[in-house]
Amino acid sequence: MNWLIQVLSVTWFALRTISQRKGAAAATVIGIGGVAMVFVGVLSIGAGFSAVMGSTGRDDIVLVLRAGADGELSSGIGGPEVKLIADAPGLARAADGTALASPELFVIINIPKRSTGTDANVPFRGVGPAAGEVRGNVQIVAGRMFERGRNEVIAGAQAAREFAGLDVGSTIKLGNTEWAVVGLFTASGGAAESEMWTDASVLQGAYQRGNTYQSVRVRLSSAEQFQVAKDALTTNPQLNVKVVREGEFFAEQSTVLNGYITTIGYVIAFLMSLGAVFGALNTMYGAVAARVREIATLRALGFGPGPVVISILVESLALALLGGVVGGVAAYLAFDGFGAATMNWQTFSQVAFAFRVTPELLVQAAIIAVFIGLVGGLFPAVRAARLPIASALRET
Amino acid sequence: MKFLHLVWRNLTRKKLRTILTIGSIFVAFLLYGILGAVKLALVGGVEFADANRLVTRHRVSIIQPLPVSYQARIARIPGVNLVTHQSWFGGIYQDPKNFFPNMAVEPETFWEMNPEFTMPADQKEAWQRTRTGAIVGVTTANRFGWKIGDRIPLNAPIWPSKSGGAWEFDIVGIFEGTKKVADTSAMYFRFDAFDEGRVYGTGQTGWFQIRVDDPQRAAAIVAAIDEEFANSPAETKTEPEGAFMQGFASQVGDIGTIVTAILGAVFFTILLVAGNTMAQSVRERVEEIGVLKAMGFTNGLVLAVVLGESMLIACVGGAIGLGLALLATSGGSPVPAMFPVFYIPTPHAIVGVVLIVALGVIAGVLPAVQAMRLRVAEALRRGG
Repeated sequence: MNWLIQVLSVTWFALRTISQRKGAAAATVIGIGGVAMVFVGVLSIGAGFSAVMGSTGRDDIVLVLRAGADGELSSGIGGPEVKLIADAPGLARAADGTALASPELFVIINIPKRSTGTDANVPFRGVGPAAGEVRGNVQIVAGRMFERGRNEVIAGAQAAREFAGLDVGSTIKLGNTEWAVVGLFTASGGAAESEMWTDASVLQGAYQRGNTYQSVRVRLSSAEQFQVAKDALTTNPQLNVKVVREGEFFAEQSTVLNGYITTIGYVIAFLMSLGAVFGALNTMYGAVAARVREIATLRALGFGPGPVVISILVESLALALLGGVVGGVAAYLAFDGFGAATMNWQTFSQVAFAFRVTPELLVQAAIIAVFIGLVGGLFPAVRAARLPIASALRET
Repeated sequence: MKFLHLVWRNLTRKKLRTILTIGSIFVAFLLYGILGAVKLALVGGVEFADANRLVTRHRVSIIQPLPVSYQARIARIPGVNLVTHQSWFGGIYQDPKNFFPNMAVEPETFWEMNPEFTMPADQKEAWQRTRTGAIVGVTTANRFGWKIGDRIPLNAPIWPSKSGGAWEFDIVGIFEGTKKVADTSAMYFRFDAFDEGRVYGTGQTGWFQIRVDDPQRAAAIVAAIDEEFANSPAETKTEPEGAFMQGFASQVGDIGTIVTAILGAVFFTILLVAGNTMAQSVRERVEEIGVLKAMGFTNGLVLAVVLGESMLIACVGGAIGLGLALLATSGGSPVPAMFPVFYIPTPHAIVGVVLIVALGVIAGVLPAVQAMRLRVAEALRRGG
C-alpha cells in the first residue's frame, strides 16, 4: 500500500513537471505522432483498395472463365457455351425458370482523368440482361438504365467522379461509334462502380467480337452449391472453363497492390520508429538529467527505486500515447475518405477507391507508439534508479 | 584548428545525446535517399524518355491491336526515320507472381530503335538465326538464374498457341542497359515466330515505335500519322514517348504522389526534431559561452565553435545515412520484382548534401548568434 502511494505520488509529480520541459516533450509527441500518422496514412491506401475489392466479391456469385485465363481480359467464351453454362445445376433461377447468368464482355477504353486530363484506361463492360439480378446490388442513382440494342451506356458513380465526360446526357465517341451516357449506378462501393456498362450484344458489334464473350457471371442458389456447379461445369466435355468464386477472384487482384503498400508502409514505419526512438530517448534522458537533484532528494527521503522507474516510464508512455493519438487523429482527418484511383494491373484498367482509416490500423499505430514510448523510457528510467544518491544531491 | 579540440569535447560531454541525435539525422537521410529512388522508380521513365521516339497505338485503347501493314504506311511519312513494332505477350513463367514484361518484337530493327539496350554481336547474330530465340534483360536473367542456352516455357493466357501447350523460347542473348535508367527486366522474342504460332490475331500487333529525324518536328509528324489512319476501322493515337510514359505514370497516379509526399513530410519532421535537440544543447551552455567570452574569445570565434559542433553532427549523421542509401542501391535494385529501375539520381544526392549542410548551419546559427550577442556579465549571472 505504502509502495503504491509512493508510485502514485512520484508519477503525479513527474507528469506535472512536463510543462517545464515543453520543447523537448513536444518534440517527442511530434516525432511519435509522425510515425503513427505515416503508418496509418500509407496503410489506409491498402485498406481502401481492399475494401473496394472485398465489397465486390460475394460467395454465392461465381465467375466462369476459359481454363488457363488469369483474368477477364485473357478469357474467351463462345455464345453456344454460354447456354451450356446456364444449364448447369446449382444456379439460382428467376420465376420463369431462366438461370441468373450474365454473359459479359470486357474491353478497355481511353477516357481522360478529371484531375490530370491525361488518358486513363477505363473498363467498359457489356452485360447480359440478368447482370443486375446476378449481382443483386446494382442501383441506378441518376438517369435510367440503358436500352438493350442501343448505343447507350450507364456509368459507375466512381467512374463518373474520376473521369471526364461521363455525366448523364453527355456523349462519348469511341472509334467511329458514339455512345450516350443515360444513367449512373452504384454497386455497394464495389469495383463495378469504376466501370461503364452497356448491352453485351451492342458491344460485340462495336468491337467485331462476333458471338463471343469473355466471362459468364452466375448466381448460385446458395453458396454451398459452389462445388456442385463447379464439378458440373469443369467435367462437361463440351466446355473448357474454370470456375472461381467472385470473392476469391477479387481478393487475388488486390494482393499485388496490397503487397506493395504493406511493404512500403512497414519499411517507412520501421525507419521512422527508429528515428522516433532516438528522439524519445533524448527527451527522457533530458528529463532525468533535469531532475537529478529532485530524484535524489526523493530517494533520500525514502522513496524506493521502483516508483522512480515507474514514474519515468509512465511519463514516457503518456507522451508516446499522446503522440499516437494526435498522429492517428491527424491521419484520420487527412486521409480517411480521400478519393483516388489507380491501375489494377490484372485488368489493366483503373479502379477508383477511397482511403480508409480503419480501427485496426489505429490500434496498430497505438501499439507502435506505446512500444516506442517503452523503449524510450526504459533506459533513462534505469539510469535514474541507479543514481548514486549522495553525489546526485550535490549536482547542480 | 586548435579549437577543434574544444568542439570535440563539447560533443563528447553528453555522448549519448550526441549519438542519438546523429542517429536521428542518419535515419532522416537514409529515408531521403530511398525517397529519391522511389520517385525515380515511379516516374523516372518520363524524364529520360527519348525525344526522338514516338509511340503509335490504337485510338480506343492500347489493348486493341493494329494491323502490321501500318508499318509500311508510317515509314512513308516524311520525317519518319525508322518504324518498328511490339506486341504485349503477357507470358507467365511458372506462377503469375513471377511477373516480368515480355514482348514480341522485330530483331532487325530492335537495336537501332532502342539504343538504351546493348548485347554482344555474336548473341545478336544468334537471335537473327534462331526463330524460337529470345533475349532477356540482365535483371530478369539474374532473378531466375537463366543462362544462354536455357529453354524457357511461358504460359500465355491471352495468346493460346497452335500446339495447345506452353510457348517455349530459347535464351540466345542477355542484354544490358547502356544507361542507368534503362529497364532491363523485359524479355523480347521474335514476332515472326509469335505470329505463326498463335491461334488468332495473325497480322496484328500491339503498338508502333517510331524514330524521327528532328524532335522539333515531332508535333507535325504525330498529326500526319494520325491523319493517315483517320476514319479507318483502326484509328491511331500517336504521342512522343515521354507523353506516353507520363500517361502510364499518372494512371498509377495518386498512390505514387502520396507515398513520395509522405516520405518528404517524414524527412522534414525528423530534421525538425533533431535540429531542435541540437539547438537545445547549445542553449543549455550559455554560462560557459559567457566564460569563454570573458577569457577573450571573440564573437566570431564563439560563432565558429558553436557552428562547428552542429555542422559536425549534421555531416556525420547525414553522410552515413545518404552513403548507406547510395550503397544499398548501387548494386542494382534490391527489389527487382517491385521496382526494376531503382537507384538514387545524382542531382537528388547533391541536393541531399546541400540539405545536410543547411541543417548544420540552421540548427547551429540561431543559438550561435544568440551566444555571440550575449553580454558577458549577463551570461555569467544566468548560470547562477
